[in-house]
Amino acid sequence: MSDSQTASVSSAAHNPALLHHFATEEQQRDSASLGMWIFLSTEVMFFGGLFCAYLIYRLKYFGDFAAASQTLDWKLGATNTAVLICSSLTVVLAVWAAQQAKRAVLLGSLVLTLILGFAFLGIKSIEYAEKFEKHHVPGPTFQFDQKVPGHPDQQASPGHAQIYFALYFVMTGLHALHMIIGIGIFVWLLVTAWKGRLTPEYNTPMEIGGLYWHFVDIVWIYLFPLLYLIDLHK
Amino acid sequence: MSEHSSSSLTTYVVIWLILLLGTALTVFAARIDLGPFNAAVALTIASVKALLVVLFFMHVKGASEKLLKLVVISTIFFLFILLALSMADYGTRLWS
Repeated sequence: MSDSQTASVSSAAHNPALLHHFATEEQQRDSASLGMWIFLSTEVMFFGGLFCAYLIYRLKYFGDFAAASQTLDWKLGATNTAVLICSSLTVVLAVWAAQQAKRAVLLGSLVLTLILGFAFLGIKSIEYAEKFEKHHVPGPTFQFDQKVPGHPDQQASPGHAQIYFALYFVMTGLHALHMIIGIGIFVWLLVTAWKGRLTPEYNTPMEIGGLYWHFVDIVWIYLFPLLYLIDLHK
Repeated sequence: MSEHSSSSLTTYVVIWLILLLGTALTVFAARIDLGPFNAAVALTIASVKALLVVLFFMHVKGASEKLLKLVVISTIFFLFILLALSMADYGTRLWS
């Protein structure tokens, strides 16, 4: 048996969380992060296609998109942005607490993250309900009666506004689905942390779950100005 | 170790405050008329916020693995190709 193999066997005996096909704990951590980042890059391209479709139609029907955008409440959108940014802080605190073996901080941060996640979905559901009441949901009952911002004599096209709302519901809906999956992951992390399975030696699930949550936050950082703030000054 | 960990906590809080400030700035900038630059300003602020989250919250800045940084940069690069080439097509169709 070579020296390196002897070393890996003895360190495996030290830390039962180190899987036998990794040489060191650092290599195991780096591999998990790299795998997660490759998954996140596919997610970027997934959302990227929708952002691309949005940009093309926004360029083509700018006035109608501005009219449709201004039926949204930017205050609710801004509040949700702040909620997600705060949740990103609690997530990074949870990752830190798991590495430092601070159990109370870890559990508290995870609970706060879940509360903020539900707050986001709650505000989003209020917004969706309003869209259904105003018949701003694309489909046979769609109604749209707004002027183009900055042009009080020009009626916005309902057909083009419908394209905006279709993109609005697909993009925010897909984002909300990611939030729901994220909440599921964090409930599981809370149970795992409660059982004491996240330690300074092995906290990969916390680190990886955190990467996912931050990614979902970044998507919203772009969705907020693009969907809520078109031509707001007019 | 504890000295290092408390300094990283300070970093997290500072980044969190900058992100909140950036959100307020985005709303403020959208309410003043910058002509065609409104969208550019909004996207620039959003990209700075996203970069801060990636570097500090997602720990790419301190990552020892160079392959990870390559994945992050190539993701941004391919997203740029998707958006730039599509916009170069659709954005110039009215020119002819």
